[in-house]
Amino acid sequence: MDYINAFWIGGLICALVQILLDRTKLMPGRVMVLLVCSGAVLGALHIYQPFQDFAGAGASVPLTGFGNLLWKGVKEAVDKEGFIGIFMGGFKASAVGISAALIFSYLASLVFEPKMKR
Amino acid sequence: MTKGLQSIGFEKSPYLVSSASVAGKKEGEGPLGKMFDMVEEEDLFGENTWEEAESTMQKEACLLAMGKAHVQAGDVRYLFGGDLLRQGVATSMGVEELGIPMFGLFGACSTSGEALALASMSVAAGYGEYMLAVTSSHFGSAEKEFRFPLGYANQRPLSAQWTVTGSGAFLVGTRRSHVRITGVTIGKIVDYGLKDSQNMGACMAPAACDTIIRNLNDFERTADDYDRIVTGDLGYVGQSILFDLMRGKGYDIKKNHMDCGMTIFDQRLQDTHAGGSGCGCAATTLSAYILPKLIRGEWMRVLFVPTGALMSTVSYNEGSSVPGIAHGIVLEHC
Repeated sequence: MDYINAFWIGGLICALVQILLDRTKLMPGRVMVLLVCSGAVLGALHIYQPFQDFAGAGASVPLTGFGNLLWKGVKEAVDKEGFIGIFMGGFKASAVGISAALIFSYLASLVFEPKMKR
Repeated sequence: MTKGLQSIGFEKSPYLVSSASVAGKKEGEGPLGKMFDMVEEEDLFGENTWEEAESTMQKEACLLAMGKAHVQAGDVRYLFGGDLLRQGVATSMGVEELGIPMFGLFGACSTSGEALALASMSVAAGYGEYMLAVTSSHFGSAEKEFRFPLGYANQRPLSAQWTVTGSGAFLVGTRRSHVRITGVTIGKIVDYGLKDSQNMGACMAPAACDTIIRNLNDFERTADDYDRIVTGDLGYVGQSILFDLMRGKGYDIKKNHMDCGMTIFDQRLQDTHAGGSGCGCAATTLSAYILPKLIRGEWMRVLFVPTGALMSTVSYNEGSSVPGIAHGIVLEHC
């Protein structure tokens, strides 16, 4: 059941974003920023975490999940370290995700060549 | 001699002695596929980067054009060339080996018109027996230049155009052939304040309209005096805007207008969205499709008016509008 929830919720988020890409003149970069900020705001409103507990990877993998992760990290750091936590929390929480993306991208670039679009 | 406000009508019209077109795989699979002189299945053209591939295409196009006319690089007085990349590197690296004194140009997708105009003016003025005009574009290098590298695998909107992987080279000279360049109309920059880089056709249509009307007025002609009026890459959207703009000024070119970007790809079969674009689009179509018809006499007089969008990635990101330009070349069968 976990897998099914992750699948259809993750798919729904992607479908909604696809509508934004197809129907509006929003640039892809702007859409990604919109997703991250939405995730952070929904996290702050205590909406996203319950949503993520239900949907699992379907909510944590899309960029909204990344926004939520940034919010959580900053909140914990501010609770612990005070004001300076604003600067400390974000990178700490997202370190694993960002490093993984960088490392796997690099490995992929060693193995694969760019190909012409069909 | 000068004609009207922006044109030159050559007293001794230079000849388009020979031309050559080199294209990539997708272009080879399109409606003009069999007409290109060289189609390469591997879009890297045996090189390591898209940019080097584009340079190779230019060099090959020049060699083929000269070869067809049995002319050596040493016989060519000047070369006029340009491309879409920053600092015009595809051209510089491509024509380096030929050792011909060169003028590096930037006219975006109107570069083929600009190069042909300058080459013809130089021949007509008596500055040389042969001049080369060459331009190119490459899908891979253009995407990296203006949007994202191919490896990023981003989605492209339906209004986007497909940059043609191709190069066209033209040998202009005093030697008799069946096509003459009898006049040119140099375009001014026309800017209607449009900022949508995903809709290049709309940005360039006003410039095409301006240059076509200027050409008709300067040469005291009507649209029907041309068998075809050919724009470079206005695409489906840009074409309808051009028709509206022209009609608003009292001209109807629906009967004899043709757009290279709409001709070079089959929109339905090849999923090329709004049509082909890039310097190579107009250049290869002119060489492979339009010139043979002029040589045969199927068309007697054609106005070739490629359009360019004179923006940079910086100007666009800083919120500037996209100005357009179009240069008109009058080609006649003889």
